[in-house]
Amino acid sequence: MKEIISAIIVLAALGVIFGIVLAVAAKAFHVQIDEREEEINDILPGANCGACGFAGCAACAGAIVKGTAEVSCCTGVGDDALNQIAEIMGSGPVERVKTVARVRCVGTSEDMKKFEYQGIHDCLSATKVGGGSPNKCAYGCLGLGTCVKACKFDALKIVDGLPVADERFCTGCGACLKACPKGIMELVPVDATYFVSCASQSNAKDTMAACKSGCIGCGLCVKKCPSEAIKVANGFASIDYEKCTGCGICAEVCPKKIIHKL
Amino acid sequence: MNLTGFISLSLGAILIENVIFSQFLGICPFMGVSKKMDSAVGMGIAVTFVLVLSSIVCWVVNRFLLVPLNIEYMQTVAFILVIASLVQFVELFLQKNIPSLYQSLGIYLPLITTNCAVLGIAIANIDRGYGLGSSIAYGLTSGIGFLLAIVLFASVREQMEVSSDFPKPFKGFPEAMLAGGLLALAFMGFSGLSVFG
Repeated sequence: MKEIISAIIVLAALGVIFGIVLAVAAKAFHVQIDEREEEINDILPGANCGACGFAGCAACAGAIVKGTAEVSCCTGVGDDALNQIAEIMGSGPVERVKTVARVRCVGTSEDMKKFEYQGIHDCLSATKVGGGSPNKCAYGCLGLGTCVKACKFDALKIVDGLPVADERFCTGCGACLKACPKGIMELVPVDATYFVSCASQSNAKDTMAACKSGCIGCGLCVKKCPSEAIKVANGFASIDYEKCTGCGICAEVCPKKIIHKL
Repeated sequence: MNLTGFISLSLGAILIENVIFSQFLGICPFMGVSKKMDSAVGMGIAVTFVLVLSSIVCWVVNRFLLVPLNIEYMQTVAFILVIASLVQFVELFLQKNIPSLYQSLGIYLPLITTNCAVLGIAIANIDRGYGLGSSIAYGLTSGIGFLLAIVLFASVREQMEVSSDFPKPFKGFPEAMLAGGLLALAFMGFSGLSVFG
């Protein structure tokens, strides 16, 4: 009997002592957390995609409250949610361009393969064999879906060997851009009208040898563009979507027909 | 404790009686937090940290409270109470004083509150009659054993993510169970190892 009573007393005493210690500790080690931080964290998507450059959504919310990050630094929130964040932070409504991910390749048919790749189903692994790519074009899409795996929003799908983003789900976070070992994914404004579907940095001769429709960087589109929206750099043409008016002259003059209407 | 004793104790705790692979303690975080290398390392370090602290506190509570009052049979209850409060306290302390450590351990600490590896090691310390020094050493090296196990397993799972050819029903948790079992089998190879006789 004595042991039972002493056990009850000791455990009760331990419990009370620890309770008091924890209560005191909670007061002594209290950390002031800004309410806004939690509110913003609730609005953010919670995918922790890291596109904002912070460790996760909670870190991003903290940075927004501290002012070290832009109110609009998260590309994953919708317009309503963005305005809610702006309201919490007391800044005016924010406008921004919605972008979607697109791949700068038109795909590789069987005769454009150097060999048949049968290894691990992953683009990065495929770049480790046969001089960087099973395709003749060193900048061609491998179509093994590393970008699809990187997408936190289930927006990408491989269709006919090329990743296609669903505009409804793509938030323009850019996770696929980082995952692509070839670096041929690009964020394009959702209302863009023309798109150069190639990012081959090889010279014109090598590009022509590898692919019938690759951009050879001839610069015809640059010369003909009335609004000076196209530039050729690193051997391929790129459109500046802020200047592009969507006239379509570039697509007409392109000898390779690699500038497509979206 | 001399150096030979320490080496034999730590080799035993890390390889021969690895908490996960031969004592089967702490399987929950082992399966749950081993999908990514980063989180596995975080969890392993957090467990090691808590194991050392709880080994000390539980040993003290047992030696100076439970034994004199002759109520060792309340060991389990008392230790759970001690460990849970201790982890809470450490969490509060880190949040205030070492925010960077709190950031990296933060989400894992509450998970360890009732981790059976922590309770198991605390009880093993008492059952084997270890002194305070040996208890700390055993807690630390068991933690390192846990870290080793979870890091090995995370690297296996990361590799499986891209390269395993399991049929669809085996994807995810079932294949992880198989891999974990094979890894435990591999660790059985250490069971014949004995240090300095």
